[in-house]
Amino acid sequence: MIEIKSLHKSFEDKEVLKGINTTFAEGQTNLIIGQSGSGKTVLMKCIVGLFDPTSGHILYDGRDFVAMSKREKMLLRREMGMIFQSAALFDSMTVLENVMFPLDMFSSMTLRERQKRAQECLHRVNLEGAERKYPDEISGGMQKRVAIARAIALNPKYLFCDEPNSGLDPKTSLVIDALIHDITVEYGMTTIINTHDMNSVMGIGDSIIFIKEGHQEWTGDKTQVATSTNQALTDFIFASDLLKKARQAFI
Amino acid sequence: MQKTVWRARAFSLFSVLLRPDMKLITQPLATFGRYLQLMAKVFSRPERVRMYLKQYVKEMQKLGVDSIGIVMMISFFIGAVICIQMKVNIQSPWMPRFTTGYTTREILLLEFSSSIMCLILAGKVGSNIASEIGTMRVTQQIDALEIMGVNSASFLILPKIMALLTMIPVLVTFSMVAGFSGAYAIAYAGILTPEDLTYGLQHSFKQWFIWMSFIKSFFFAFIISSVSAFYGYTVEGGSVEVGKASTDSVVHCSMLILFADIFLTQILS
Repeated sequence: MIEIKSLHKSFEDKEVLKGINTTFAEGQTNLIIGQSGSGKTVLMKCIVGLFDPTSGHILYDGRDFVAMSKREKMLLRREMGMIFQSAALFDSMTVLENVMFPLDMFSSMTLRERQKRAQECLHRVNLEGAERKYPDEISGGMQKRVAIARAIALNPKYLFCDEPNSGLDPKTSLVIDALIHDITVEYGMTTIINTHDMNSVMGIGDSIIFIKEGHQEWTGDKTQVATSTNQALTDFIFASDLLKKARQAFI
Repeated sequence: MQKTVWRARAFSLFSVLLRPDMKLITQPLATFGRYLQLMAKVFSRPERVRMYLKQYVKEMQKLGVDSIGIVMMISFFIGAVICIQMKVNIQSPWMPRFTTGYTTREILLLEFSSSIMCLILAGKVGSNIASEIGTMRVTQQIDALEIMGVNSASFLILPKIMALLTMIPVLVTFSMVAGFSGAYAIAYAGILTPEDLTYGLQHSFKQWFIWMSFIKSFFFAFIISSVSAFYGYTVEGGSVEVGKASTDSVVHCSMLILFADIFLTQILS
């Protein structure tokens, strides 16, 4: 479980996050949604420690990440996995080497065990046969699956996904969403997904936080989205005429 | 009393120079400070020595072995050209016949194979390091390393510095050998006799010059690898900024090598 308490973040005189308070439960896919520039990426970067918050607390199962020393943060990060918008695979390594990298770095397994574990992770994301390929030789969807396999290699307690469907076609997006959701439940992880993909919101939004201009505008889950009376949320989610009509029909 | 006045004047001048709007002074100092901070991060204890050694061997191949070709080719031609220039423009009937060989050796050993060769490497290796690390930064690969709990600065930069420091004596040696081969090629082409060249190359030979060349090249190798890595690691933005970082790294490495050359030559001579 990750708790965010009164989180503020400013860049010089511009306040991007204005007091976020929320809890991300384990075994669930927790979504952060909002328009571009609303502060959701900054929030995620604060949570994983790529940005230092101006004030506030981030508690990982009660451990205050903000108050930790650099060494303690490094150790905690070994319990995290992250899937980046661009997959961020190491392009000088093959698919198998990418998945093995965290194992090579931090596990005490033998080479055979590490290879076996990496193969298991690739099998879990349905990506067998691509082990020897380099990231630029595989499709965007496959790269995302490799990123998921790499993220879960060390059995992390916390999984972060920054717009995992970015640049993917709708069908592949659904596959990636389903995979992240299944893995979250299977491993009992605390998963946080930063997205503005409506299929993700309606499909895997076990818990949703809607951010608008750095404020926490609304919290709920996928079943509450359609019936919400929050105007900003409905304007954001049901932006097109088609979706507006679908919502009316649903209500 | 006068001392206090002078101290106050010096302090006020110092505070004027360090004002935030005095960017000419403050910006290089701030950059140097960030460079030192990065180096402190680079020279910290590795998480897994085995992985660093693997990277170190890869970097030796990429930065050192892959540069041997260009180093030898340039050194061969420069050695040949120096030999021709010395024969045509310096040699005269009033000078001993070994002058061409002697001056060619001194130029190759003292300056070309260390300083000029490192300027060439600043272009090849420096831009390679800056663009590689810069691309990793803008494609979030460095963020991915950080999230995994890896000290990305140390993991990416330390093996490069160590690899170039290891390979630089090899490159300097190849440069010397290729330079002398170029001079011999000119001699065998008939511009001067190989015997005169050999005599000139051996005349008043000081072994220290070779060691001086190696010592200088160690300093230059550190400048090339660390400064270009700094520019790559601190890139913010996209492909345009990566290109700019690559150019900046070559310019600054070249300037620093030239400055360092003056001091090192004075100290070691």
